[in-house]
Amino acid sequence: MKDIREDIAWAKINKDVLVSLENPRKMYWVIVFSALALFSVGVGCEVYQYNVGMGVANLNNPNVWGLYIATFIFWIGMSHSGTLLSAILHLMHADWRKPIYRFAEAMTTFSLMTAGLFVMVHIGRLWQFYYAFPYPSERWVWPNFQSPLLWDAMAIFTYLSSSVLFLYVGMIPDLAICRDNLHEGWRKKLYTFLALGWEGTDRQWRNFRITYLTIACFLIPLAVSVHSIVASDFAMSQQPGWHVTSFPPYFVAGALYSGCAAIITLFIILRYVFKFEDYMTKSILKKTVRLTFAIAMVWTYLNAVEFAAVWYGHDVDAKQVLIQKATGPFAPFWWGMIFCGSVLPLILAFKRFQTNIPVLFAVSLLLNLGMWLERWMIVAPTFSHGYYPWVWDNDQWPSLVQWGMVMGSFGWFTLLFMIFCKVFPSVSMYEVKEMVYHRSLHLKKDETAEQGAH
Amino acid sequence: MSVGTLLENWSEFRHFHPVDDKPHDPYKWAMSIDLDTCTGCNACSVACYAENNIPVVGKEKFQHGQQMHWMRIERYWSEDDREFPDQGAQFLPMMCQQCEAAPCETVCPVGATNHTADGLNSQIYNRCIGSRYCSANCPFKVRYFNWYDYPTVDNVWPAEMTRQLNPDVSVRGKGVMEKCTFCVQRLRAVEVTAKSEGRIVREGEVQTACQQACPSSAISFGNLVDPESRVHKQWAAQQVVLEADEQEKNKEHGTSELRGYRILEELRPYPSVMYLEQVRESAV
Repeated sequence: MKDIREDIAWAKINKDVLVSLENPRKMYWVIVFSALALFSVGVGCEVYQYNVGMGVANLNNPNVWGLYIATFIFWIGMSHSGTLLSAILHLMHADWRKPIYRFAEAMTTFSLMTAGLFVMVHIGRLWQFYYAFPYPSERWVWPNFQSPLLWDAMAIFTYLSSSVLFLYVGMIPDLAICRDNLHEGWRKKLYTFLALGWEGTDRQWRNFRITYLTIACFLIPLAVSVHSIVASDFAMSQQPGWHVTSFPPYFVAGALYSGCAAIITLFIILRYVFKFEDYMTKSILKKTVRLTFAIAMVWTYLNAVEFAAVWYGHDVDAKQVLIQKATGPFAPFWWGMIFCGSVLPLILAFKRFQTNIPVLFAVSLLLNLGMWLERWMIVAPTFSHGYYPWVWDNDQWPSLVQWGMVMGSFGWFTLLFMIFCKVFPSVSMYEVKEMVYHRSLHLKKDETAEQGAH
Repeated sequence: MSVGTLLENWSEFRHFHPVDDKPHDPYKWAMSIDLDTCTGCNACSVACYAENNIPVVGKEKFQHGQQMHWMRIERYWSEDDREFPDQGAQFLPMMCQQCEAAPCETVCPVGATNHTADGLNSQIYNRCIGSRYCSANCPFKVRYFNWYDYPTVDNVWPAEMTRQLNPDVSVRGKGVMEKCTFCVQRLRAVEVTAKSEGRIVREGEVQTACQQACPSSAISFGNLVDPESRVHKQWAAQQVVLEADEQEKNKEHGTSELRGYRILEELRPYPSVMYLEQVRESAV
């Protein structure tokens, strides 16, 4: 099984990818409008909550954080695979990433945007969120640089701006192809503007390579630091269940995990919707699945490390929280997380399932359900079983407003993502050409292939 | 707004706790609560509501756990074989412990909760953006969030009672965190008066609302650095030291005659409230 057909002509690559900008399958519109509907539900919930007060989310004292924070971590986590696929695998010269890294990067950008929204809907005084930034103020008031939340705000904005830049820079040669091939209209103007006068000269390619590599190198430590900082929100606090040293690597592993699972989901959707069967091949899918399996095992290991450290440690309160997670009111969700996160991925180890698209679609969705549950199980149980006995009998269940906004975020993400894939080439044309070229080099002796390659 | 200003302000803003580079001079407000005399009557809580303009959220919101009682009476049942109503109950008044190394202060992204020179853990409503991180990190869970815009919610203060709102205390809008302030409005008033007369606040010159309302005088409040104050004498008699993370009573493992302790001291928040252990038979 080959990653990509070696005899695929360059003009055909252009044509196949450009056609995705014009006429996708009907399913595309179904997805876009469902996403829009879902997003409207979320917007409705936020309008209601903004006007009436945070209380409608059915948060209470002391259960002050709920699904918003859990889903925030989920979306931040989702953003990591884009960087993994484009930057880390780029540096490792794993060229099978080439047809799929563009949409993974778009996923990074849009999931960060979604995560940012959750910070907004979570805070009590949305209209004053900018207090958390060190902006110039005539009162000389600074934010608190000791707070992990402030690091969060900075890390996320840095990561978001860098990943937008990375996505954009990597797209320039493709934007030029779009510019040259599309008929007149607003799109042509957009591509002309964004392509920055790209002509494909040697000098431009050289500068482009250097820029792209530099941003890739810049982005990797950033991606690791972002989720480590999100982990610090918990690890730096004093609460049982959160005060765990292994949280930063655990969060990063979880992030890569949910991101890879999401890549599988979106891979399958895009492959069908935009008719990318020639580019998003089953062989590439298989490699992604294997990567996901490896990360799932790392995550399982780090989970086990955390449980063991708590169980054999001397922190009685942390142990109580762990016992409560496994046996208390959250038990179904906690065991659901263990099942979806650690047991279910075992089927990815079987070759038979590694290319079975319906199975993979279902499994990848369930893996992400597990990862979402994981985030919820990090946030919620600590509030209902902290140090202080007064909180112990508090049983807080999120209201429909919270659930509505969680659903809305999925709508918002899908909407942005689908619009992106319709407006911009979601398969990197120039990198696929490179890939085809390198793959066909062994045919060099063959005269025709030689000519075809140049 | 220069980096120089930032660094300068920074050294003012944060320092190691408990403070040794800045001694509490002339005030360190502290409290001691005698659980032996507490009858669990809730008068302190009611007084706190009245003094501090705390919204009365009503039955429904209370059931959702959205109550705002800065001062709460916790009830613990004796674990013996007796059934209610013979089963003994113990009461514990709980409010913000005004920790010297407060876990809430370091985590606030905007610096809305800070330490004052006289040892209070202050809350700046205007600066609060409502991230609720302070409450998440508070070991005692004594911070209360304004889940609704209570001043505009019906029946929080019935129409005939709006005149009873305390003009010295701001009414909090939606989306900000609040908590016990040790009745800071009263403290500031006497501190200013004392300063204008060129002296420090005398023992007995100021009371907190809960202390004032307590029928059994279980609560005493005052200036811990003033050797004449009742609080100072009580802390000294119990050998409770503000900057220690384990008190004499606990060091002696149950054999001690001492009664003074502070809650969750092992987390090293260095609370400003000392509790005196109950020694009498439980109230019925």
